[in-house]
Amino acid sequence: MTAVIDLGWGQLALAAALILCNAGADVALRLGLGKRLLVAAARGFAQLLLLGVVLQWVFRQDGPWAVLGMMAVMIVFAGFEAVRRTSYRVRGAFAAGIGVMLVSSMVVTLYGVRGVIGVTPWYTPQYIVPILGMILGNTLTGISLGLETALEGFAKEKERVEVLLAHGLTPREASRDVVRRAVRVGLIPILNSMVAAGVVSIPGMMTGQILAGEDPAVAARYQIFILFSIAAGGALGTVGVVSAAERLVFDDRARLRADRIRRVD
Amino acid sequence: MSALLDVRGLTRRPWFEGKDLAAAPGEIVVLSGPTGSGKTLFLRTIADLDPSEGGEAFVDGEARASMPAWRWRGRVLYVHPGGVRLPGTVADNLAAVARGRPPPDPPFDPAVDAARLSTGEGQVLALERALLCGPRVLLLDEATSGMDPRTAARFEERLKGWVREGRAIVWVSHDPDLAGRVGARAEAFP
Repeated sequence: MTAVIDLGWGQLALAAALILCNAGADVALRLGLGKRLLVAAARGFAQLLLLGVVLQWVFRQDGPWAVLGMMAVMIVFAGFEAVRRTSYRVRGAFAAGIGVMLVSSMVVTLYGVRGVIGVTPWYTPQYIVPILGMILGNTLTGISLGLETALEGFAKEKERVEVLLAHGLTPREASRDVVRRAVRVGLIPILNSMVAAGVVSIPGMMTGQILAGEDPAVAARYQIFILFSIAAGGALGTVGVVSAAERLVFDDRARLRADRIRRVD
Repeated sequence: MSALLDVRGLTRRPWFEGKDLAAAPGEIVVLSGPTGSGKTLFLRTIADLDPSEGGEAFVDGEARASMPAWRWRGRVLYVHPGGVRLPGTVADNLAAVARGRPPPDPPFDPAVDAARLSTGEGQVLALERALLCGPRVLLLDEATSGMDPRTAARFEERLKGWVREGRAIVWVSHDPDLAGRVGARAEAFP
């Protein structure tokens, strides 16, 4: 195994020069994205440095509490961000997003860490933090797309859903088409990523392990494990959030309350 | 004769307050009133598709609040105005609500995309769909306004026969002659 070549501040400065490509495109095509590009690059830089420092601290702690605290923060941010990205809102959506994120990501992460890899103790940060992070990132996309499509469907197809309700169908039966479409839309990115993995790109985790000197065959097996984990997390998250959206738009007498859905831009 | 549909003190301000309505088995009640007076909202509220601020409704003596909303709506069925079509074919539209009941002979080619039907044809399909569900009471909202006179007359005759089998209809309409044609009791709204 080859030792990892450390990256110093000077080398990071060289890497930052790559952003000049984006700046060049912005100037040449007058995209007007200069300020956003600057903020995005600065945020990415600062957040990742901070993450490195926090992870260093978490790795030094004994017991599960530091890891659990970090996981809680990651889950809450991911759930919040998943809902914030949608352009339709309903009261209770943020709580639902965070709740669904918590359940779906933790079920899959704990199954992977304990059941598949067999890490002891289960809260070993070297495993659980990056695995949870990757599951969260992909579940976020599923939750966001599923919630958006479901709420848009209920808002735009109110009359059709109501016609079914008027004929004595339950909310579950009346919203079957909206729910099915929302879940399908939420799952497509995960399916695409499974199909493209290893052909179009070398996925992030595998790249990291190879750079860290790991045997590429081991890295590939870890990547397969992660691929299936993010697929499961995305599926649980999408189905969970679409079911939650369905609950939030019907009232206690099974009326579709499209008036509760608002569009945000 | 006791009422099949009994609406007592239904309230949704500012449109109607303490509104009563009763329909006996075999009876058609035609409701008419100015545009914007809340007739559609009244029917929707009876069907429990919109919330009310007070009052209660009964069918066959059973209170709306005593049963799940979907069971109530299956008995007291509101037909949306304009002949709303569901996605898919004519056959799909009937199958969507059939719940295992044998579908009637479709009024049009069952393979036709329902979106291509005219408003009047859509209303025919909507009535067929409603009757397929076997409700006790139909709440009709300008249900035949887009049909040609012959088709409308055919449906009026059919609905007269349908209520004679111990059912009832509350029918919102701007047609001043409808009550006379279908032998209905006319009521002004609100």
